[in-house]
Amino acid sequence: MSRPPLDLLFNPQGIVVAGASTHPGKFGFVALHNVLAGGFDGPVFATNPDQPSILGVEALASVADIPEGAADLVFVCTPPHTCSEILRSAASRGVGAAFIASGGFREAGSEGARAEEELVQLARSLGMVVAGPNGQGLISNPAKLAAQIVAPIPPPGPIAVASQSGNLVSAFMNYAAQSGVGVSRAVSAGNAAMLGVVDYLGWFAGDPHTKAMAAYVEGVEDGPAFAADIKRVAAAKPVVLVKGGTTPRGAQAAASHTGALATDDRIFDGMVRQSGAVRAQTIEEAYDAVAAFATQPLPAGPRTVVLSSAGGWGVIAADALSKSKLELIPLPADLKEAIDGLVPPRWSRSNPIDLAGGESRDTIPEVIGLVADHPEVEAVIYLGMGIQANTASHLRSGPYFEAAELARICEYHERQDSRFAHAAADASARTGKPILAATELGITQPDNAGPATLAAQGSYCFPSADRAVRALHHLWWYARWRKRLLG
Amino acid sequence: MFGVGVLSEFESKQLLARHGVAVSRDKLANSADEAVAAAVEIGGPVAVKLCGSSLAHKSERGLVRLGLDNSSAVRSAADELLAAAVEDDGEVALLVSEMVAGYREFIAGVVHTEQFDAALMLGLGGVLAEAVGEAVFRLLPVSEADCKDMIEDLDIPALMAPLRGEPAVDQGALVDSLLGLAHAGGGEGVEAIDVNPLVIRDGLPVAVDALVVTTGS
Repeated sequence: MSRPPLDLLFNPQGIVVAGASTHPGKFGFVALHNVLAGGFDGPVFATNPDQPSILGVEALASVADIPEGAADLVFVCTPPHTCSEILRSAASRGVGAAFIASGGFREAGSEGARAEEELVQLARSLGMVVAGPNGQGLISNPAKLAAQIVAPIPPPGPIAVASQSGNLVSAFMNYAAQSGVGVSRAVSAGNAAMLGVVDYLGWFAGDPHTKAMAAYVEGVEDGPAFAADIKRVAAAKPVVLVKGGTTPRGAQAAASHTGALATDDRIFDGMVRQSGAVRAQTIEEAYDAVAAFATQPLPAGPRTVVLSSAGGWGVIAADALSKSKLELIPLPADLKEAIDGLVPPRWSRSNPIDLAGGESRDTIPEVIGLVADHPEVEAVIYLGMGIQANTASHLRSGPYFEAAELARICEYHERQDSRFAHAAADASARTGKPILAATELGITQPDNAGPATLAAQGSYCFPSADRAVRALHHLWWYARWRKRLLG
Repeated sequence: MFGVGVLSEFESKQLLARHGVAVSRDKLANSADEAVAAAVEIGGPVAVKLCGSSLAHKSERGLVRLGLDNSSAVRSAADELLAAAVEDDGEVALLVSEMVAGYREFIAGVVHTEQFDAALMLGLGGVLAEAVGEAVFRLLPVSEADCKDMIEDLDIPALMAPLRGEPAVDQGALVDSLLGLAHAGGGEGVEAIDVNPLVIRDGLPVAVDALVVTTGS
């Protein structure tokens, strides 16, 4: 009974690190270290013909020395000329998948390219699937597998990453570690000899641990095939794409104006939109978007209300909204009336809702609920969380904390911000509407009760109002694409 | 370019018209007399252009006369244009076209690339089209929804709304033009199509100039 080849990569029963090293500066050491540090459940083997053991793992002379059927995945860190022998030995013990981290293949010139082709042919003839070569590795948190030659090991979560650049996999994972919205699977495609970014996305689309995907691509050889694959994936789950290597091209200028305008980037952009993937310009924007997809429901429409306990942020959010296809709706009269009943009359009485400091203990949770429940509202941006806990932090570290008996008020402030975070999540869960909370305190003061509570409940704290708006815009764009696709 | 030919403006527009793209009213003339007769038949001010399958960039060479509103103007333009033809232009004729008035000019087209196969384009048109470079693409085949998205992606709502006394752009008609263009561009032997300008007259798009590049010469 054979399992789909990518299952062997991401959910192996056992793993062999081929070319494990005792030298902490070598990939062969770091790879084994990471597998062990990640707490992989299954058996871990290592090969090194010159050492008795490495990091407490008995070093075998060859991959052929592992017990038959004990491992599905071999992680290869040895020089290119050794790889084919390793694949043969691995196949002889029932290993069905290899991740080849070793460099020196296609990226190194024509000889390397030939070696890479031979390796692919060999893998096919052995019935093996090969990831890489020249890749940094993979993360599979549901399997507690960190088979990679780089850091970090991100927290488990709903985001899957596939990238043509290994360092950008790390970048996504660093954001995940910082924000707490974690990663299910992540993989660096390396030279993508046998498996490209789209192949991984296709597997993620059926992975129950993945809610949303981020991908980085450079070259796309066959545009229509790429578009068809992406469309299939996007129909299942949201995909956020970043494309690097944007170069202008106008080779057909002589033949037609259309040809002159047909830069790769413009056509790629149209193709991505047609296929339902969300395109982000930067890794930062892509992480914001994929975290939004992974943690928020899709909006039914563009009708947005901004709720702020502090004026300026609301204005910035409104500006960002006005430049997007989202709608800053006029505040419905009944909603206005309801809020009138809760706060003094100096509040903005329009969208953005600026409470102007008129709130008392229960106002913010109540207003969040009122806004989210209103049938004309389809999405909410909530700003100003963490202000009270920030004050508390300042009081706690100040000279009068003991003398002025400030503990009680500090605890009250912190409790309040924690309540606000819960209120946003509860209202979103109750109504099925996205409620995006944004504050820079998520970065500048991550242990602030507001952002910390968001993180603890699995929500993403957007680092600014405008970034929240941009992410919401991606949510709405994708929701609209899906509606149209599914009719 | 080896293996690539072009259709004359007249043939290009006929091809587009067969696929449902609205084109300007045109008549082909082989002499100044015929041009005058054609202008009378079309009525109103006309444009006269030198027309042939080796004339891809007419305006750069001054082979276009616009807004001719009487027979003597048509006749002298026709004489000048025929005299301006050079041997390399091959077989030429005169194209007499109605003047299509509208502030808004789009460019639309189809292009084939190795990487993406065929793609449909919509952009801001006119002589500055390439310099401005506001253009959006979709891969063929395109749906009606794709064409609507292209208009939206161009992201200049003010250009679609009523403008300087002209009505709003009939977006359904613009979508139909794009679909027709896509259909023509996906056909056998077509390498690329330019429609520039695609003028909006009374809210409706009209192809005023067009060039079809064919894969065979």
